Amino acid sequence: MKFFQAIGANVIGKVTAIGRATYMLMGALLAFPRLKNIPLTIKQLHVVGVQSLLIIIVSGLFIGMVMALQGYTILVDYGAEGSLGPMVALSLLRELGPVVTALLFAGRAGSALTAEIGLMKATEQISSLEMMAVDPLRRIVAPRFWAGMISMPMLALIFSAVGILGGHLVGVDWLGVDVGSYWSIMQSTVEWGEDVVNGIIKSLVFALVVTWIAIFKGYDSIPTSEGISKATTETVVYSSLAVLGLDFVLTALMFGIE
Amino acid sequence: MNKYKSEVLVGMFVVLTIGAVMLLALKVANQSVGGDGDTYTLYAKFDNIGGLKARSSVKVGGVNVGRVSSITLDQEDFTPVVELSILKSYDGFPETSSVSILTSGLLGEQYVGFQPGFSFDGVANLKDGDYLQDTKSALVLEDLIGQFLFSRGKDEE
Repeated sequence: MKFFQAIGANVIGKVTAIGRATYMLMGALLAFPRLKNIPLTIKQLHVVGVQSLLIIIVSGLFIGMVMALQGYTILVDYGAEGSLGPMVALSLLRELGPVVTALLFAGRAGSALTAEIGLMKATEQISSLEMMAVDPLRRIVAPRFWAGMISMPMLALIFSAVGILGGHLVGVDWLGVDVGSYWSIMQSTVEWGEDVVNGIIKSLVFALVVTWIAIFKGYDSIPTSEGISKATTETVVYSSLAVLGLDFVLTALMFGIE
Repeated sequence: MNKYKSEVLVGMFVVLTIGAVMLLALKVANQSVGGDGDTYTLYAKFDNIGGLKARSSVKVGGVNVGRVSSITLDQEDFTPVVELSILKSYDGFPETSSVSILTSGLLGEQYVGFQPGFSFDGVANLKDGDYLQDTKSALVLEDLIGQFLFSRGKDEE
């Protein structure tokens, strides 16, 4: 009997958490059209987007450089080093751009969001807002949610672009792949609708998942220092797992069937 | 002052993103030939299409003029029918034109080579929906090796 009770309590807890998360998301989504929230959203864009730029640019550059180096050593055996451009561009645009950006974003911005909102809850700032008849969903959650949704696809695009330039740096300037074939074969292989737009769609989905998890974990945390640290850890773990799992599903849907 | 600074930085972030999109749109991705522009359709029956796939390119002397839009099997004589979308800006090929399936490089991808024929009196131009009569199949390496071995075996007898 105890066994069944444990399973039941677990499932009910999970389902109500999903319900609360959806309720919070709905509140945040409905709260956007308020004009006076736009300055708040811009401030969050700065915190979430601009401050993640450095890590995104540096990782994009190095991932592009490493892929060019690894790809070159294999492709040169077949005399196909001209295909280095499309290899780097396609893997960045389709997979690495959206996925690595989402993982870094979860670590850099998601954990900060959780900790910030969790601390607001622990110091009873959220309750105070409610006392003053200010809707915390509108004032705190919505700007952060939209800032995440807007900035993640932008970061992913910057990541891919910088990575392709990094591949150029290593492939063309260092290893001596022909600059014309790097760009022209890339251009004839990469499709705008097929590859770039699908990458943006992927990154929008990841943005929704990561920001949602981060904000909900903070909003729903136990308001103690231990509870906040647990919530921050769970944000990074859950959003990384969700991103990797969803990436497989999205890849199967977008590129799986010829 | 602080608010002003964050707005400036967000503005720079947006400009950087637009720069990335421009790079991806102009230098990385191609504006697909045959996907967007006005095209007309030609059909060609081959005995064997080898590794030809939908979206392979159609070239006249190396210049891209269109794409393979679909490949189907004719249900009556069981030969592959290749549907070619040719850009409207390249029309006026004579009816005597021929198509063959070629390979770019030794291991490259396969494409349709379009050979415009001679036009003289009494030869009409190809129109939308026409079938190309003169087709040459893909070179299948295994068949070639088989023929070679077969002919060698004969010589030694």
